[in-house]
Amino acid sequence: MTTATEQNKVIDGVKAEPWMRMYRRMVIIRLFEEQVNDLYTRALMPGLAHLYSGEEAVAVGICEALRQTDYITSTHRGHGHCLAKGAAPDRMFAELLGKRAGYCKGKGGSMHIADPASGNLGANAIVGGSAGIATGAALSAKRLGKGQVAVCFFGEGALGQGVLYEVMNLAALWKLPVIYACENNLYNEYTHYSETTAGDILARGPAFGVPAESVDGQDVRAVYSTAQRLVERARKGEGPAFLVCNTYRYTGHHVGDINREYYRSKQEEQEWKTKRDPIKNLTAWLIEQKYAEKAKLDEIENEVRAEMKAAVEFAITAPYPSPEEAQEDVYA
Amino acid sequence: MPEIATRELTFAQAVREALAEEMRRDTRVCIFGEDVAEAGTPFKVLSGLVEEFGRERVLDTPISEAGFTGMGVGAAMTGLRPVVDIMFGDFLTLTMDQLVNQAAKVHYMSGGTWKVPMVLRTTLGATRRSAAQHSQSLHAWLSHVPGLKVAMPSTPYDAKGLLKTAIRDENPVVFFEDKMMYKLKGPVPEKDYTIPFGVADVKREGEDVTIVATSSMVQVALGAAELLEKIGISAEVIDPRTTWPLDEKTLVESAKKTSRAIVVDEGYGRYGVTGEIASVIAEGAFYNLEVPVKRMGAMHVPIPFSPPLEDVTVPTEQTVFEAARGFCEKG
Repeated sequence: MTTATEQNKVIDGVKAEPWMRMYRRMVIIRLFEEQVNDLYTRALMPGLAHLYSGEEAVAVGICEALRQTDYITSTHRGHGHCLAKGAAPDRMFAELLGKRAGYCKGKGGSMHIADPASGNLGANAIVGGSAGIATGAALSAKRLGKGQVAVCFFGEGALGQGVLYEVMNLAALWKLPVIYACENNLYNEYTHYSETTAGDILARGPAFGVPAESVDGQDVRAVYSTAQRLVERARKGEGPAFLVCNTYRYTGHHVGDINREYYRSKQEEQEWKTKRDPIKNLTAWLIEQKYAEKAKLDEIENEVRAEMKAAVEFAITAPYPSPEEAQEDVYA
Repeated sequence: MPEIATRELTFAQAVREALAEEMRRDTRVCIFGEDVAEAGTPFKVLSGLVEEFGRERVLDTPISEAGFTGMGVGAAMTGLRPVVDIMFGDFLTLTMDQLVNQAAKVHYMSGGTWKVPMVLRTTLGATRRSAAQHSQSLHAWLSHVPGLKVAMPSTPYDAKGLLKTAIRDENPVVFFEDKMMYKLKGPVPEKDYTIPFGVADVKREGEDVTIVATSSMVQVALGAAELLEKIGISAEVIDPRTTWPLDEKTLVESAKKTSRAIVVDEGYGRYGVTGEIASVIAEGAFYNLEVPVKRMGAMHVPIPFSPPLEDVTVPTEQTVFEAARGFCEKG
């Protein structure tokens, strides 16, 4: 049976394809984090869990502008970046549970997922800690002439770290292909960024001659088109850029951060979730553009949900590393 | 040991020759740091390299130790083999997150998937009248951290061979050069050679006392051994050459043979390299020792400026000689 809407889909299939891919990726991240929350609250996950829920459009929009061979560095709140760059949920869950099948054989955990195959240089649990690594990768890319770009993801909390400005200065001097992607989710852990960040954030790029732009981080289309422009500019040898994505962290600093009223109101959270949700907004746009029907989008969500369940199952049943592996991989 | 076709080179020339040969051998090797290009560093160790290899491979950086060390980590992970120059070992404090939390841990945290083949060259050593922030010997800090290797050459020959090994190593290596040794001359082969890490060198054989020494303290120990010989005491001088990996076997065997051991290192004595090595010897040669292992390190003070003050903060030929003599009389 061919309906009129399906006809439209066929017609717009090529145009719709990247948006549908971004939709799926954002749903993957959202549902991945739902599972993480569940695993954590069921005490199946050791350690800490910093959820990316609410910020999906940033990782997905930026990584859509990248090639597989491009590099990223990520943060303690890094699940979204890793998934958006192409990591497989089952091996990510396995890592989160400390299993041998995980991306780091259980040695890294939630805050250190790394994956050479997808260009992921690693999530980093030192705030601002990967700025040097990302910029060094950009130096390699330039020197070795492979045309790669590096994206350094960091939260607005990292704006307080001096090393970020040291490498931004260097990247500008040496015209390195690196994008400093600042996810301003408004809170440095439990403190509003206005209490920690003087002056104009965007002015910090131009101070080094690095062009800066800000974008609505809840709008994946805006993030993607801006990122694409900055990435291609960097790829052409025109140097680094500073991209501030204004976004929001739906949950606490980590899963255990439940009572948050001393630093932000439930009303504020509710407003972001209802009015500015990146997935809801893209859903509405896809339907409006006739790129997809609601039913199709629901179907994708259900597929992803099943995929996440299977991935979690894989991780739960996967074996732990044996204790003697603690001494492996210290040196190459 | 030195072979045919050997010339005398200074320590600085040996370091430079190792770098030049490795840069010719492997185009991925590059240098970055403050004033490394035309200036060739304040010690002129790198003079001439930018002329041969160009500014693409010998890169002058801003005064941003944390930034360019971090970039070294990222560049090493993605296909270059950077040799990062930290002008004074004291400035290691500025690089610590990049070295300790990043370089040392990337391989392990990533389950062995990423590697960091980076060398960080820096200096140590007092008595240059440079006061408290340009004179420290902080190699113990880095030797403490799993994931790093630490080399400390004591001769031009070792400097060239160990630096080549460091550059070819797949791991981050911190390479300490005593700035007071840059003019020290010694035989260095012209041919390509490397010195494996974790292999101590017996710099002088002896029977009565073992002196384990690192970096320029090896020269001090050899001087003390000469003085000891004149009073009939035969000292064996052993240089571990790398504090990690550490050649425990050679240290223990020597202590077993002589039954007395002194450890001399220019870092602070407290919680330092001398403590670690003394412990290795005590554990491995306990029943053969006539006397407890003696440790000699820098005096536990910030390095003072005034020459008569500075000179008493570090072990000297005379103090090592006296310690060994006292030791042998006791035994």
